[in-house]
Amino acid sequence: MEFGATLKPRAGVPIFVDRANIVAALKDRVPMSNIQDRIAKDVAENDVLLFMKGTPVFPQCGFSAAAVGILSHLGVKFKAVDVLKDPEVRQGIKEFSNWPTIPQLYVKGEFVGGSDIMKEMFEAGELGSFLSEKGIALESA
Amino acid sequence: MPMQATEIEKLIRSAFPDADITITDLAGDNDHYAAMVTSAAFKGKSRVQQHQMVYEALKGRMGGVLHALSLQTAAKD
Repeated sequence: MEFGATLKPRAGVPIFVDRANIVAALKDRVPMSNIQDRIAKDVAENDVLLFMKGTPVFPQCGFSAAAVGILSHLGVKFKAVDVLKDPEVRQGIKEFSNWPTIPQLYVKGEFVGGSDIMKEMFEAGELGSFLSEKGIALESA
Repeated sequence: MPMQATEIEKLIRSAFPDADITITDLAGDNDHYAAMVTSAAFKGKSRVQQHQMVYEALKGRMGGVLHALSLQTAAKD
């Protein structure tokens, strides 16, 4: 057997595998780099958007539960994003808002704040008027 | 991991030397705090900006070792 004949196909294998790995790695990275775009789209498309831990029915954190309670009390229809279901969103939203904690409330594309600010605004009677000014319907009694 | 109230106050104090800082250990477990920070540095800033300034002073601990810090800020005259 000639030396070169066995070497050539063998040398080809790792190159082929490497290229496949690179393609796979790039594919994995595409959604990672797009997470900010995905969040921006979600924020733009939903008038009232709450990033929270758990769901409105089963919040997984006291602060998220408080945020849901306030919005429900005001009778606001909102979309909730459960960050526990998506680690990318959980990390990405912190960078998107420059805000280290969850929950986070967005109204008409504007970051309103976390549960402390929601609570403060609610107790001062400001949150309802803020939402009304933004053209959000309130259905509370 | 718990964080001492004195450490939280020290970090906030270093960023806002003029601040009135009240830290309450809500559950007595060194893990659930409420902080009230009043500083002239907050003048003209929105609530979101004021909180962001405090979070910055806490240097990444918020949302990490410091899970539960209920924050209230106000501008000092």
